Amino acid sequence: MEKSLTRYIWSNTRFQQIWILTVVAASMIPYFLSFDLPKQIVNGPIQGTGFEAEGATQTFMRIQYNLPYFGKVMFFEGLQLTRFQMLMALSLVFLLLVVINGLFKLYINTYKGRLGERMLRRIRFELIDRVLRFPPSQFKRVKSAEIATMIKDEVEPMGGFTGDAFVQPALLGGQAITALVFIILQNFWLGMIAAGIVAVQGVVIPRMRKRLLELGRQRQLTARELSGRVGEIVDGIGTIHGNDTSNYERADIAARLGLIFSIRYDLYQWKFLVKFINNFLAQVTPFLFYSIGGVLALQGRLDIGQLVAVINAYKDLPGPLKELIDWDQSRQDVQVKYAQVVEQFNVDMLVDPHIQAVVHEPVGKLEHSLNAVNLTLSDDSGARLVEHVSLEIKLGETVAIVGNSGSGGEAIAEAFARLIWPDSGRITIDGKDILELPESITGRRIGYAASDAYFFHGSLRDNLLYGLKHAPLTKVEYEGAKAIKYKWDINEARLAGNPDLDLNSDWVDYQSAGVTGPHDLFSVVRPVLEAVMISQDIVDLALRSQVDTTTHSDLTNRIVELRQALRKSLKEEDLDGLVVPFEPKAYNPQATIGENLLFGTVKRPMMTNLKLAAHPYFRSILRESGLNIDLYNMGLEIAANAIELFQDLPPDHPFFQQLTFMTADDIPTYQLLLQKLQGRDFDAASPDERSSIIRLSFAYIEPRHRFGLLTDELMAKIVDARLRFHKNLPDDLKAVVERYDAKKFIESANLMDNVLFGRIGFTQADGPDRIRVILRDLFDKLGLYDSVLSIGLDFDVGSGGKRITNVQRQKLNVARALLKRADYVIFNRPLPALDQRVQDQIMRNILQDLHEEGHAPAIIWVLANSSLANLFDRVLVFDRGTLVEDGTHATLLEKNGIFKELVS
Amino acid sequence: MLLKDEVEMLRRIPLFSGVAPAKLKLLAFTSDRVSYRADQALFRQGDMADAAYVILSGTADVSVDTPSGQIKVAEVEHDSIVGEIAILCDVLRTATVTASTPLEALRISKEHFLKLLSDYPEMTIEIMRVLASRLSHTTAELSEERSKH
Repeated sequence: MEKSLTRYIWSNTRFQQIWILTVVAASMIPYFLSFDLPKQIVNGPIQGTGFEAEGATQTFMRIQYNLPYFGKVMFFEGLQLTRFQMLMALSLVFLLLVVINGLFKLYINTYKGRLGERMLRRIRFELIDRVLRFPPSQFKRVKSAEIATMIKDEVEPMGGFTGDAFVQPALLGGQAITALVFIILQNFWLGMIAAGIVAVQGVVIPRMRKRLLELGRQRQLTARELSGRVGEIVDGIGTIHGNDTSNYERADIAARLGLIFSIRYDLYQWKFLVKFINNFLAQVTPFLFYSIGGVLALQGRLDIGQLVAVINAYKDLPGPLKELIDWDQSRQDVQVKYAQVVEQFNVDMLVDPHIQAVVHEPVGKLEHSLNAVNLTLSDDSGARLVEHVSLEIKLGETVAIVGNSGSGGEAIAEAFARLIWPDSGRITIDGKDILELPESITGRRIGYAASDAYFFHGSLRDNLLYGLKHAPLTKVEYEGAKAIKYKWDINEARLAGNPDLDLNSDWVDYQSAGVTGPHDLFSVVRPVLEAVMISQDIVDLALRSQVDTTTHSDLTNRIVELRQALRKSLKEEDLDGLVVPFEPKAYNPQATIGENLLFGTVKRPMMTNLKLAAHPYFRSILRESGLNIDLYNMGLEIAANAIELFQDLPPDHPFFQQLTFMTADDIPTYQLLLQKLQGRDFDAASPDERSSIIRLSFAYIEPRHRFGLLTDELMAKIVDARLRFHKNLPDDLKAVVERYDAKKFIESANLMDNVLFGRIGFTQADGPDRIRVILRDLFDKLGLYDSVLSIGLDFDVGSGGKRITNVQRQKLNVARALLKRADYVIFNRPLPALDQRVQDQIMRNILQDLHEEGHAPAIIWVLANSSLANLFDRVLVFDRGTLVEDGTHATLLEKNGIFKELVS
Repeated sequence: MLLKDEVEMLRRIPLFSGVAPAKLKLLAFTSDRVSYRADQALFRQGDMADAAYVILSGTADVSVDTPSGQIKVAEVEHDSIVGEIAILCDVLRTATVTASTPLEALRISKEHFLKLLSDYPEMTIEIMRVLASRLSHTTAELSEERSKH
């Protein structure tokens, strides 16, 4: 990147800068005219010069010039105006000039603002573009948070400066010089005084500001380091908790903040000292004008009109001057910042842009073997990982790389994936170095998965299909206002040097995944998910999530059928009791009393159970049915039972897990409540006390808690209250309460609850597990399995994929590499988080089953455990960075070499 | 069946006979009541052990896998406890227990069971007594078996 910011700005915006400079120059004319006008008004119509005679008139607006060759040319003869008319005319001209100056200012500022914002966009994009092209080794040295701060915060002032880079000195300098020249023209010596002070300001202030710049640089560096450290704390929070080092981190942060404070405070002090001196110098000048100019006027060597004009003109001098000095400071400031940032982003061996060029067309299959030629790799410290290895991987071949960890196999795999760049030697396909092949070939035709799977914030689907998003493949047609907006977006992107790739387009390359479009995607996704043994997890995710009825209408429209099919299959397997269904007119003993009352779900977060319990309508239903007293008495019983059971236990006792309706901390509160309320009737309790007692009843489930509190009579009463509750439901509640309806999908409940439409019996051994198995079969039978997977894939994986487990991430990472249908797939110990047994099973699935459907890539697998090497066509054995054995499993076993040792 | 009935049943089990009723009630409350149909397995040999079971009603077969197939080694009925060995010494399930009639049991999770033992030494002693008697029983069977050959 360009080292000097001024040059960078000039080279990218010179036409706009020239245009705006022209406009600024044009704006000088009315600006200058407005200086002269006050003098004319004061001296002319006000003081009466030229209007001495009664009824005298003067010419106004005569436009005549002396042109070369033509002599005197009269464009406009002018008007003859009286003194009063003249005053009005000149004042109106003054007003007109004010408006014109204002409009110029408006245009110039808007234009500059836009210029600056475009520049900011350009710089930011260029920096991120560079990050995308950094060589892999660079990422071992930089902290992500620091890069983010640089791109987000540190370049920000550069945008603001861009608009001012050339305009500001031209405009302010022009204004200052105009004012100065005007003063000099009025009175030479007064002008010289002003010029002298300006010179002092121009010399002293920038000197003082040198220190400010240095402090500014330090402030930038320390702030950047701070954000780097904050990023480290967030990323390493597990390690911090695990080692009780939070106070060490606190001390470190406090020390950094202290340093930043001292720098900033220093900066602050200097800034205001400089301001003070600057202001003082600016104010000294009028003092000189009043005193010296006043004396001159008294002596009659200066007319008062002139003195007023000088003072008036001077009013306009310190402003531009101060701003000019400010501009110079911000110029130096952003130059320092810019240099700092550029230094971080000027990296050797940046990937050439043409390697990452967008390729919309499908990339053909690779037709040559993958070769490592005399390859030597080393780590960051220079230690050799692999030395002089040459090998060839043929198309369609499955190769196991075995050896103790650190023996070089992992490094080779990383080099094949271009994550390590060779020290010497190269990796080639058809004689071409893979580092020089476009990423559109290597990134699409070579798949790679290691244990450090990275997941982007978004849905599981986004992450799973991430390996297919190479280029915008569909052209989105925009209409009406959207089309205009799109055109504008594209135009702006180009003006700021950004690419015009449409993010709304479908980027997923279905063709290379082996399907025709989104509708048959699951025909390839499902086998892959099965192979890495994650489909059950995804189904479980789907069962636990709320379903969007518009995007998944294929399933939600068939909910009645699903529920009926579930009932039927439970009946067939004689498992009737496993799920107790919701019936509008029956009490469901496996659900809580609260659920039985509500017989529906509330839409969170607009409504919660607590808010509903406090709702006047709900309360009136309880009151009218007399349930409030029943539930109150029941709550007292529950509290008494809970306290009897738990009062002696320490609060951290594991038994408290079973106490679903209170926490250990609530026990003393309820103990006091009980002492106060037991044996007294409902009216004795305050409303607050009543609700905290009734609350206990809402969570009660007889088969689970087994206190024997639920009578048939009470159940009937609850069902009756339920019916009444739903009968006259007010509109505000209708919007947030969804009633259980056997014919409808309940949007605010998860898929599991929707399909069960009931509760799993508590006494059913392994109920939830059995239900999961039954549901899985059911989905399959009804042809809804893909829809359920699709719902599961909507799951938001969170930052860095942290909402799913490490095991799931590693499995999905393998799936992602497989979905690309690359010609070479490299697995670099991809599943260390899994049990050996599961790892082996997944490897078998991939090697044996996935090949069956026709696409057979070459698979290079760095094995953690060499016992399964027999599944591969060929085995490469690495030892201390060299390839020591190469052959089929059988021949290597016969050899009695290192391989045999590894296997045994 | 209510909590208080379960407490009554627990009291009849020798292992818990020395424990105060209030504590038994707590144990019952914190345990899950589960019912099994005939032929349904409570747990299988080789599974991870996460709970012990007190059989409240019904009977179950205890069997072990051998190279020649599954062999039934014992039968347990109500008022007995099964599955406690695997959670005491952190091994995989050593046998499969299958309900032979419809069966009701209290499922005491491993964590709760161990906590109970550390809270009530009298229970620990009782457990030791039961285990020791089983061991002597097994030893006797073993020597009888050896003397046959």
